[in-house]
Amino acid sequence: MSTVTETIPRTSRRVLAPSVLSYVALFLISFIIVVPLLWMLLTSFKTDFDAINSPASPWPNPFTIEAYVTLASGDLPILRWFANSVIAATAQTVIILVTASAAAYALARLEFRGKRIVFGAIVATLLVPGVIFLIPNYLIVDSFGWLDTLWAIIVPGSAGAFGVFFLRQFFISLPAEIEEAARVDGAGDFRIFWQIILPLSRPALATLAVLSFLTNWNDFIWPIYVLLSPENLTLQPGLSVLQGTYSTHFGIVMAGAVIASVPVLILFTLAQKQIVESVASSGVKG
Amino acid sequence: MANPSLLAPLRGGSGSRGAAVRRTGGNRTPHGRRTLTAYLFLAPFLAIFLIFVLFPAVYGLWISLHVWNPLLDDHPFVGLQNFFDLFTPGSLTFDDFWESMRATGIFVAASVPLLLAVPLGIAVLLNRRIKGGTVFRGIFFAPYVLGVAVVSVLWRYLLDPQLGVVNAVLGLLGLPSDTPWTVDVPWAWISLVGITVWWTLGLNTVILLAGLKGISPDLYEAASLDGAGAWRKFTNVTLPGLRPVMTFVVTVTLLSSANMFGQSFLITQGGPGTETRTAIMYIANQGLVQNQMGAATAMSYVLFAILAVVSVFNFRLQRDNTK
Repeated sequence: MSTVTETIPRTSRRVLAPSVLSYVALFLISFIIVVPLLWMLLTSFKTDFDAINSPASPWPNPFTIEAYVTLASGDLPILRWFANSVIAATAQTVIILVTASAAAYALARLEFRGKRIVFGAIVATLLVPGVIFLIPNYLIVDSFGWLDTLWAIIVPGSAGAFGVFFLRQFFISLPAEIEEAARVDGAGDFRIFWQIILPLSRPALATLAVLSFLTNWNDFIWPIYVLLSPENLTLQPGLSVLQGTYSTHFGIVMAGAVIASVPVLILFTLAQKQIVESVASSGVKG
Repeated sequence: MANPSLLAPLRGGSGSRGAAVRRTGGNRTPHGRRTLTAYLFLAPFLAIFLIFVLFPAVYGLWISLHVWNPLLDDHPFVGLQNFFDLFTPGSLTFDDFWESMRATGIFVAASVPLLLAVPLGIAVLLNRRIKGGTVFRGIFFAPYVLGVAVVSVLWRYLLDPQLGVVNAVLGLLGLPSDTPWTVDVPWAWISLVGITVWWTLGLNTVILLAGLKGISPDLYEAASLDGAGAWRKFTNVTLPGLRPVMTFVVTVTLLSSANMFGQSFLITQGGPGTETRTAIMYIANQGLVQNQMGAATAMSYVLFAILAVVSVFNFRLQRDNTK
């Protein structure tokens, strides 16, 4: 992993010193990013009448949780969608952590026949656009009887090459000595994997867990086609249904968007540093 | 769509050849056992990978050689006819497919330069000794962790031509308040591109920022001694220093823009008419709604081939620039 150093040698300070204009620009961009999100939150506390009649005024008048009550008690099972999203994203994250870490261990720290072919096949798929898999996987999932079930949301997406690649890079960076000492003590591959490699890799595993959860939570094109009945949806296709059903009931639509955003924004706040830095290093390491 | 799993590892993959040579010298039995152990570790992943990644990639080609309606038992084999149709003016799919490719092309041409320039500008600002730099970085990245559905329903409301916030606020400021943001071109394109920049600028910003931090301050100082001004330093030190990272960012941005789907699906429904219906939107609709799976998979391979050519061209271009 490349480290992002914050320190800049004294000599270049003058060159890189920020001007007032830099701060003005950064605050302006922050404003453009934050205001729409705040507007979403505030609109979700408006009445329909208020949202339609005073769109230019951000403050709810009156302030009401009517939209959330309507959502919770209405015909659309948004709580069920929420639960489905939590179940699917959690299950897929667990599957990815287990399968990708084991595969990455073999690829990073064992020598075996066919390694280059296996690794090559996994890496090659990283560049294939998802649309290639859309229709064949629809038929495959259908043949398993998984259409309109959470299995379709959990299993196919857990085969992504990203997790294996990400963990392999990390495992390779661990020094060989830690493993050799354990081998001298008679530890086998499984014990080394379980008792040495995995505990040392907690930060990488946590980062992969967060990224996997976010990816599954936010996926849109796949669930809108493989989930069919209203009660089986996850939140993202649910929002599409919500928009169709309550088109100009903006308070309700925004409340749905808030409900779908809160878990990922909490995760992001807690793991901001890990998420941003793992993404940042993706372009730098090679 | 931009998606974390697209990230990381376009490059890399340096093998560990040295270790392999060391091992093969030994007798065969331990080597064979090690191979077995390795495949036991790989088995769970490979099982899912074979079923949902490798097999469908080949199965899709097979489907594309048929007229494949999933509701019928019979899928007549038609050879390459689905592909020929895509290149024969007047065929059933020709006009619609290339119109959708044109829409994707417009979106790529408009969004990619902005998704490079805006994040580069922000990254240069953040690379100065900014107080609260990580806070700004976090704010800029935040929309990216929201799904395309959240971002799209939010902006569909804000940009609603009659009832939306943007037109209402513009009206208060004495500006035109009847811009058809989501229902007419070119406004629909401006909206789709603007929303995408708002949503994903943080992604490229943090990658480029990491690239900027990797450029040695000595180079800037040497440029200063040579009397270079801010702009000369930017063109002669910053841009060349960023080139490897830039290649990665350009590739990832190109691919995610070419895969645009959710924004059009939710904000413009492909409209007005089918003007903003992207290739992915058309392919998904043909295959999974109209049940023309053979034609749709053929289109997905044509799109893939074009993207592959563009990516290779881009790599070449960036490499030649480096020399």
